[in-house]
Amino acid sequence: MIGLIDATVLKLFLGIGAILVLASVIAGILSYANRGKTSSTLKNLNQRIWAWWIMAFGLAITLLIGETAVIILFLLLSFLALREFLTIAPTHRSDHKTLVWLVYVIPVINYWFLWEHWYGAFAVLIPVYAFLFLPIRNALAGDTNSFLQRAALIQWALMVCVYAISYIPATMQLPIMMSDGRDFAEGSTLGSGGPEGALLMLFLVVVVQLSDVFQYVWGKTLGKHPVAPSVSPNKTWEGLIGGVLTATAIGAGLWWITPFAWWQAALLAFVSCLMGFFGGLVMSSIKRDRGVKDFGATIAGHGGIMDRLDSLSFSAPVFFHLVRFFFTA
Amino acid sequence: MKPMALFKRGISGLITTLSGARVAAEGTDGAPPDFPPQAIYYANHSSHLDFVTLWSIMPAELQPKVHPIAAADYWGSGFKKSVAQNIFNAHLVHRYKDRPHTRADAQRTTRRTSSGSSPHTSQLTGMTDILDAGESLLIFPEGTRGPGDQVATFQAGLYRLAKHAPKVPVVPVTLKNLSRILPKGETIPVPHLSQVIVHKPLFVGIDEPQDDFLSRARNILANELIAEGDSQ
Repeated sequence: MIGLIDATVLKLFLGIGAILVLASVIAGILSYANRGKTSSTLKNLNQRIWAWWIMAFGLAITLLIGETAVIILFLLLSFLALREFLTIAPTHRSDHKTLVWLVYVIPVINYWFLWEHWYGAFAVLIPVYAFLFLPIRNALAGDTNSFLQRAALIQWALMVCVYAISYIPATMQLPIMMSDGRDFAEGSTLGSGGPEGALLMLFLVVVVQLSDVFQYVWGKTLGKHPVAPSVSPNKTWEGLIGGVLTATAIGAGLWWITPFAWWQAALLAFVSCLMGFFGGLVMSSIKRDRGVKDFGATIAGHGGIMDRLDSLSFSAPVFFHLVRFFFTA
Repeated sequence: MKPMALFKRGISGLITTLSGARVAAEGTDGAPPDFPPQAIYYANHSSHLDFVTLWSIMPAELQPKVHPIAAADYWGSGFKKSVAQNIFNAHLVHRYKDRPHTRADAQRTTRRTSSGSSPHTSQLTGMTDILDAGESLLIFPEGTRGPGDQVATFQAGLYRLAKHAPKVPVVPVTLKNLSRILPKGETIPVPHLSQVIVHKPLFVGIDEPQDDFLSRARNILANELIAEGDSQ
């Protein structure tokens, strides 16, 4: 075992790698067959495959180093996500000093509590302290124009880009809560989740990302009836049902990497994928409202961080709390 | 590459990464712009980040020949001065007065300069020397930083420089969102993604009056800011 990677984690990564090689080969053949033409579908496909390679490498390397590296990775992702979010969000000049707290101070404390395995503080820092403090800071700045909108926007940015995303690495702490109880897990040593923690996080990430993929595939092939036509014509009932059920089946099939029975894994996968779908829908609404195609261009031509993490940001908190509620004592 | 040149490339990369700057030619979705070998670049001004960002997006071979014009009252002493001159090749000028941006400015399109007092001729001498030597200038014709979503009236210097070297292209550059990263009066930058839009070059007409040229130049930037300025 190196870092948090044992034989099972390695097997899972080899599987992911094999799928990605296959996907890249298929995309390569399609690109070759359509050379000379510009196809937005093909461009989108290539973007997604690139993003998954980067995600897989990022997770593999940080897991090899240890839990601290994973936490720093997600702190960085939160930071980049905030940057994209603030770029398209209509903040005011007078919000600047509040934004300094939002970007530099609160995320660091949030991830520090996570690093300390201090669940009690991590869970309330943002929804209680930050959500009350940020409007106070804004009020002190003295500008009352659209105050409610500005305060709400800043809280929303924090909720999605920091709090929700930080639940992805938080899942690494679930195994210690399950085996030794919630009280023992409070302040437990770094990396105490072990490879089981890594597997639980990978279970969530793999299932939700595959759900995105299969929603896309089913939607492209069979999709006719949009779920919310005014938000996104690409999100269809056919894609949603096909994608979520396929990913749920894969989640059930991955039960052996989790501490759950196959049907428990299936249920958790199902709820996560459904939340993932809604995350994508909500983010699409924001993008549509702001009149942008995607969140920035952090990796040139590959969309933004939030375009890839929208589904995970909605599924991770729910997955975490369902497991914590039903499986820990 | 010499160590100093390598260091400057490093600084350039760091600045564009931190400011999330996406550079695009006018009217394209990210196509790389043309940078003429010699030009008078001008841009809207709303942040201390403006000139460093504009400097950092210049192609490596042109960068040493681009001289940003910076205010001596801010950059002109001590550490800041050596950074401005040694790293960014800045040419420091003394502003004749720090004119704050007002709403009335935004409505008028050009500033009356019939008296010929703005800017001082001595300010321009250094700049024309740079043009005569075949190198490029990077100027902010508003003269001072504004709120970021408006463009103030232009000072006459841009017209005089264009007249001085009528064959040198005048390249408009619109800077978007840099004022949200570091607005006037703030010290800590907040990350946003910014955009740098390089427009097609202008040339001053043979008989073109000063006011016409200045309002033509100003409108290119103002229109570009309005184009996506629905953020409020």
